Amino acid sequence: MKLMPCPLNGPRNISEFACAGEVAELRDPADCDDTSWAEHVIFSNNTAGVVREWWFHTPTSYWFIAERNTVTDEILRTYPAGEVFKARFDYAAAKDEGGK
Amino acid sequence: MPFGLLKYGFAKTYPANPILPKTPELKPSYDVVIIGAGGHGLATAYYLSTVHGITNVAVLDKGYIGGGNTARNTAVIRSNYITPEAVRFYKESVDIWTGLANDLGINLLYTQRGQLTLAHTDATVRTFRERAEVGTHLGARTKMVDLKQIAEIVPCMTLDPEARYPIQGGLWHEDGGTGRHDAMAWGYAMGASRAGVEIHQKTEVTGVTVENGKAVGVETTRGTVRCGQVVQAVAGMSSVVAKMAGFRLPIRTYPLQAMVTVPLKPFLDPMISSTALHTYVSQTARGELVIGGGSDPYELYSTRSTLDLKESLIADTLELFPFLAEVKLMRQWAGMTDMTPDYSPIMGESPVQNYWLDAGWGTWGFKATPVTGKRMAETVAAGKVPDILQPFRLDRFRSFALANEMGATAASH
Repeated sequence: MKLMPCPLNGPRNISEFACAGEVAELRDPADCDDTSWAEHVIFSNNTAGVVREWWFHTPTSYWFIAERNTVTDEILRTYPAGEVFKARFDYAAAKDEGGK
Repeated sequence: MPFGLLKYGFAKTYPANPILPKTPELKPSYDVVIIGAGGHGLATAYYLSTVHGITNVAVLDKGYIGGGNTARNTAVIRSNYITPEAVRFYKESVDIWTGLANDLGINLLYTQRGQLTLAHTDATVRTFRERAEVGTHLGARTKMVDLKQIAEIVPCMTLDPEARYPIQGGLWHEDGGTGRHDAMAWGYAMGASRAGVEIHQKTEVTGVTVENGKAVGVETTRGTVRCGQVVQAVAGMSSVVAKMAGFRLPIRTYPLQAMVTVPLKPFLDPMISSTALHTYVSQTARGELVIGGGSDPYELYSTRSTLDLKESLIADTLELFPFLAEVKLMRQWAGMTDMTPDYSPIMGESPVQNYWLDAGWGTWGFKATPVTGKRMAETVAAGKVPDILQPFRLDRFRSFALANEMGATAASH
């Protein structure tokens, strides 16, 4: 059993968690063309080494950030998302242009 | 006779024929450099040299031939996919497989034993109907079977209506088969080197030389090489090598774990797979059961095995074959799978000119080795992606024209 040190719940079995991918720079949906949207959603750095990712503890619905090494399978550090994201993101409502 | 045997054993020149000629010195330049001496890279070299007459080719590998995912897959060969594009492509591979042992002059232990995929829900039954229709239309033998027919195909499997996930029906794919993966790599390697291709093992590519948006060579641990064209065929490391050429891919790399039991008397002829139970099982010619599962839950560049995955995979397999509970495992291993968002491969152009991609082979690459080699060779020789590969170009992710095969993988991932 591999343990994930959850910032909220302490060390728990990693099977209780879901990984949601690398922490990436957020795009403004109102100002993002198809190519850069594809780049953001579909393409991936897929880094062999240390990555910073979103993780989710399913039973408590708790999101946090984990730094881990994708080659050695070591979890280096976990912390609340508030350490990185200091302010709330407010986007202007995107105009629906029918999937232009 | 005993004396003759002794003499044979002590002979300085071991009389057996080496499979490959000794690795030569790297030349300063080649027409084509192929990164990766797995099945795909070797097959591409084989068809380039034997069909297209391009023999000034070097295949480079950081390890040894067929030592990566070519040796780590569960050797399933099938064409019962769901999109017409994929069925057409994989069917061509199955067609080549049926005559491949003769073409390569090596025993591939290829047998068409049939593959039975199980549906445990109405939704899966509906996708089976679609797969059966698409397969039949394109000439890949695929049909729906009911519980009575399933019992005839696999008499030893539990069809208990009280099971956790009762079986509702099946997709019977008569063209499904298995083959020996190592022999396939050796066969392509021998054929390619006979035609003049150089195979450089233990030669790691550490960089790609790009000038004015064009690939002109590679840097390796044994020196720098110039070349006209580069083919990248490095399953499990696609993103890492692509980064050397300066671009990203729509790939996330996960381990996939599999295992083998001790040999048992033959009892299971067809291959069995179940997406709901995340498992697929087949019995090898030696009697071992090969059991494979879905990918690991998070991304990793590792081939380690875990007890968690073993436990869940075994529990699911025992749902189908409870009598295996006392059988011991003999080996376990993992491969690194380059998963794409649509569970289809990426072949053709890359953002770098003269740099061709053969990537994103996730959990479905082994069966496609012959057709990929043939069609990638055609691509490199003509400088143009043939029609059959068009649906699998990298561009599809920018035009949102995905080829979704998620429902037709052997186990859900």
